[in-house]
Amino acid sequence: MKEFGYQRALDVSGALALLDADPDARFLGGGTNLVDLMKTGVERPGRLVDVRELPLDRIETTEDGGLRIGATVSNSDLAAHPDVRRRYPALTQAVLAGASGQLRNMATVGGNLLQRTRCGYFADVTKPCNKRDPGSGCPAIKGEHHNHAILGASDHCVATHPSDLGVALTAFDAVVTYETADGPGELPLADFYLPVGDTPHLETALPQGALITGVVLPPAPVAANSRYRKVRERASYAFAIGSIAAALDVQDGVVREVRLAFGAVASRPWRARAAEAALLGGPVDAAAFAAAADAELAAARPLPHNGYKVTLMRNLVVAVLSELAEEAAR
Amino acid sequence: MATAPPSTYSAVTLNINGEKHALTVDHRTTLLDALRERLDMTGTKKGCDQGQCGACTVLVDKRRAVACLTLAVAAEGREITTIEGVAEGDQLHAVQQAFLDLDGYQCGYCTPGQICSAVAVIEEHAAGWPSAATEDVRPEAGPPPLTPEEIRERMSGNLCRCGAYVSIVQAVARAAEADAAARAAQAEQGTEHEGAAA
Repeated sequence: MKEFGYQRALDVSGALALLDADPDARFLGGGTNLVDLMKTGVERPGRLVDVRELPLDRIETTEDGGLRIGATVSNSDLAAHPDVRRRYPALTQAVLAGASGQLRNMATVGGNLLQRTRCGYFADVTKPCNKRDPGSGCPAIKGEHHNHAILGASDHCVATHPSDLGVALTAFDAVVTYETADGPGELPLADFYLPVGDTPHLETALPQGALITGVVLPPAPVAANSRYRKVRERASYAFAIGSIAAALDVQDGVVREVRLAFGAVASRPWRARAAEAALLGGPVDAAAFAAAADAELAAARPLPHNGYKVTLMRNLVVAVLSELAEEAAR
Repeated sequence: MATAPPSTYSAVTLNINGEKHALTVDHRTTLLDALRERLDMTGTKKGCDQGQCGACTVLVDKRRAVACLTLAVAAEGREITTIEGVAEGDQLHAVQQAFLDLDGYQCGYCTPGQICSAVAVIEEHAAGWPSAATEDVRPEAGPPPLTPEEIRERMSGNLCRCGAYVSIVQAVARAAEADAAARAAQAEQGTEHEGAAA
């Protein structure tokens, strides 16, 4: 590991000043991803600015009845919070589906959104990777890609974003708030991650030196009837091969409101807007759910070894929406 | 603006099992290496060193964490409990006793991490935290019973290559039962006190 400086920031302005003064500095949250990547040489910061003790550790109801979640709230505290469990249950389920109890205690909300892909080529500094070393190539496209992207990828990168939390946040229209030396800003999560294109090394629209201060969830009554379902290659403690966050409101036998987001299929949490549009105002049955999934997955461009994800996501949409429809009928 | 290269080491004081340890650490030193290599506290084990196996699980501010991805310098000011600090003197912790009584191990290498993790699992469950195995996570549904399925999910961050999982689940269940009984007795005593005061 490369040697580095370490400082603990006690307030947001102090953290921003420390980062601003050193282009080689990085913020350290829980460290569950960054420290791991520093050990393997993928990340090589010259200085770490520890933001774990910043006063951004609260979850509060906003004036309009949404939720504001501080950036340093641990994954565990987020999942256990009564308002999250009651009003956005899929968010709790998504967080609990990720990592292990130990890692969820360490990991922060801000860090979760900024975690890097688990593509094996990205993690191996002896291999080419356009995300880690722009222009060096993407061995995954003709190599090991059974858990790579089927949506929104490019000829330059087919890596997926590994967050579970981000999938649920995307379904609920979360907005990321941040601070910079020039003042505060915000980005809807839908615009937070950049399209892959020919610049897979540029991952987010956050300005240089910005510090994520939190995530704001707008009020979403539909989210009270929501669910997160994750499919993985072992029963627990593994990254998804496909996941879904869904919420459904049914009135008079038709879909009044629906939210759908997919995980482990793209370089970012994937909001399934084509499927939502197909469902809205339509009947509540398996055929309609399957047709909506097909509308979304028509854009899928699977590689030779990950075509199963198209079927998997279609089945997930039908299964989870059917369960939510049953809940709604109670 | 040109900045001077930062110092790459710091003098820290680590609070481990109630004792303060002053040492100077290279910032690259993990809490795991500081414990094992600098402080001769070798109860905490190094398995994968990548946060994937849980062998190095310790408690940081009473919550379980993996020491291999915790920088020693970032652990300053926190209350760290390792396997060496779980017992009360010669009195084993209920989790330790249950692992002994029910053979919750084979080679024993993952055991310190399993025990630290289980101590926290029981606390988390008592605090009402749901898990990925919990059918209904809404607070109105109440805390889920600590079934074997719940225990397996909650302990999934601790791998055992010998495959002693069956006994580990039994040991955690027995320790949790003892803990719940102790809590209930304490609560009852508390109620009696209140009654006496009134």
